[in-house]
Amino acid sequence: MTAPTATILPLDPFARFRAATRARIGLGRAGDALPTPALLDFQMAHALARDAVYGTVDWDALSDALPLQATGPVIAVHSDAPDRATYLRRPDLGRRLDAGSPARLHAAADTPCDLALVIADGLSAAAVQRWAAPVVHEVLARVPGWTVRIVTARQARVALGDPVGLALSATLAAVLIGERPGLSVADSLGIYLTYDPRPGRKDSERNCLSNIHANGLSPALAAEKLVWLMTEARQRRLTGVDLKEEAPTLETTRATDPLPPVP
Amino acid sequence: MASFSRQAGGQRHTFDSLAAVMACASPRRSGDELAGLAADTDTRRVAARMVLADLPLKIFLDQPLIPYETDEVTRLICDSHDAAAFAPVSPLTVGEFRDWLLSYAATPQSLRALAPGLTPEMVAAVSKLMRNADLMAVAGKCRVVTAFRTTVGLEGHLSSRLQPNHPTDDPLGIAASTLDGLLFGIGDAVIGINPATDNLSACMTLLSMLDEVRGKYDIPTQSCVLTHVTNSLQAIERGAPLDLVFQSIAGTEAANRGFGISLSVLAEAQDAARSLKRGTAGNNVMYFETGQGSALSADAHHGVDQQTVEVRAYAVARAFDPFLVNTVVGFIGPEYLFDSKQIIRAGLEDHFCGKLLGVPMGVDVCYTNHAEADQDDMDTLMTLLATAGVNFVIGVPGADDVMLNYQSLSYHDILGLRHRLNLRPAPEFDGWLARMGLLDDSGRLPPPDQPAFRRLLG
Repeated sequence: MTAPTATILPLDPFARFRAATRARIGLGRAGDALPTPALLDFQMAHALARDAVYGTVDWDALSDALPLQATGPVIAVHSDAPDRATYLRRPDLGRRLDAGSPARLHAAADTPCDLALVIADGLSAAAVQRWAAPVVHEVLARVPGWTVRIVTARQARVALGDPVGLALSATLAAVLIGERPGLSVADSLGIYLTYDPRPGRKDSERNCLSNIHANGLSPALAAEKLVWLMTEARQRRLTGVDLKEEAPTLETTRATDPLPPVP
Repeated sequence: MASFSRQAGGQRHTFDSLAAVMACASPRRSGDELAGLAADTDTRRVAARMVLADLPLKIFLDQPLIPYETDEVTRLICDSHDAAAFAPVSPLTVGEFRDWLLSYAATPQSLRALAPGLTPEMVAAVSKLMRNADLMAVAGKCRVVTAFRTTVGLEGHLSSRLQPNHPTDDPLGIAASTLDGLLFGIGDAVIGINPATDNLSACMTLLSMLDEVRGKYDIPTQSCVLTHVTNSLQAIERGAPLDLVFQSIAGTEAANRGFGISLSVLAEAQDAARSLKRGTAGNNVMYFETGQGSALSADAHHGVDQQTVEVRAYAVARAFDPFLVNTVVGFIGPEYLFDSKQIIRAGLEDHFCGKLLGVPMGVDVCYTNHAEADQDDMDTLMTLLATAGVNFVIGVPGADDVMLNYQSLSYHDILGLRHRLNLRPAPEFDGWLARMGLLDDSGRLPPPDQPAFRRLLG
């Protein structure tokens, strides 16, 4: 019996397109189905994305990597979602602090601050682990003289920055948060900036920088854009759609569809 | 407000309103739990279904779930209701209506005649009493055929949207994904791009590019850039080659306001697109997307369960004779549909409810990476929908949408579905595949040989 031969074309007709897109084009066919290598590539990408969603941040290692000389120690908070399963079902709980968190914030907030940097796990622990510390370094280097507090937030949504910012009497809250993983990038970090943070702020009152990852925004460029936004926000005393026109953002949401994937 | 009560399962269950009966009768889903509307026990859920089964269909005409005075979608539903079409089923309860829909008396012809007499609330109610197989059986009897350059929805056919999205709208990248799809026979429903920005000139560039590709290969299909309806109106004014007007829609006036639309702007866009007379097989010019949970996310659900609000969106769609409508069922996220069980159920509900109302329903068979679902679940849902006669599904290269970061079907998936279930693309497009030498003797689409590649990729 002879070995079966795969009907794979000798030359890749899509070769000249591949540099132009990360899309999974020209995968070949096994009958009507995916060839085995393409099938397993997909499964690995999905597994990485799933593990990013269900992974946990090593908060100790992250704190060790943060520049805390000027900010004081990290303040750790937790949302009202006790675990990941609840977090995924109940975004409302991920936007509220749990019972123990306010006391820790108040203990650390003897005076108002200019900026609360809230590092939130969101939907990608991998993104936070890899990009949060480099971004914080780049941001702090650009705002000498600002009073900054650093908060780490577990099972957190973007809007958890509102009660945190309020408790710290912060002028601005910048939430660094793991974005919903895609198959091509599982460790993308986003930043949501809110002026005068307090519960009840709408998403339209925030500015967003997304796609901070190896093939997207670099930490330095993200910090550059964030500091531009923060400076404007302090002068104009607002964030949100009125700043959006001038904010150089890279957004990849389904712009006109029911839900932009805000973590 | 009237309350409803029933002794069932060893205890008395009371529901404060008709909306509460509807919400509690829904199969369990995370969005209704998030909204605080879901039944808290399984027995209460079944008790609500027992209450619902005994209610007259007419109650939904007498008691609007969202007030007529404050919601233009309710006004549309009430004012366009066709009492004569409704007459044959008007004496029935919701439970009797289910039995009738499943009966042999409910033929494709009688269901088509009935559609203008049904309101979304009646259709949502009966769907809550149906198992998945019931939803498939009745949807399979409802044929809704529409046309632009292709004819979509015919018996024995399965159409597809080719979705060549790119994170920065790179023309070469979009062309690559488009050609890849055409080689799989994908794109007879539409070649439709979700643009990376809502910038008008960028959208017009994409429209021109898609129109050139279509013209170059003389492909009988239509293109669409899924930008806001007001952008499409401006593009038409500026002479862009626009085939279909796209818009996301929802089932309440407030949720539609969140999308920046009203019924009047949709009507304006429909008139503008029709005036271009670009269709050759027909002049259905609107393309709508919907999804359970969109009203709740906009805090515009009025205490009504997410599935019922979703069906009200189909009443909005129906008013504009759309060419295509699809639910983005698994895209919305696990806070609305938690896992594959909920996504599969919702996909079948949405398809059934749309078809029964006379809407040309397709489904984006899809999921996000934070939902409990994977490719195996999409295999299940696409097969169930194709068996139920879904008008179209959506395909992206390798099931991976690199712009929206979610998974839809792959071109492979749709091709396999057609071959296994012996379904063909739209007749006009099928003829083009034959002319291009892409079909074999039995009408199947084998992997293309080198000459076919050269013709398309040259």
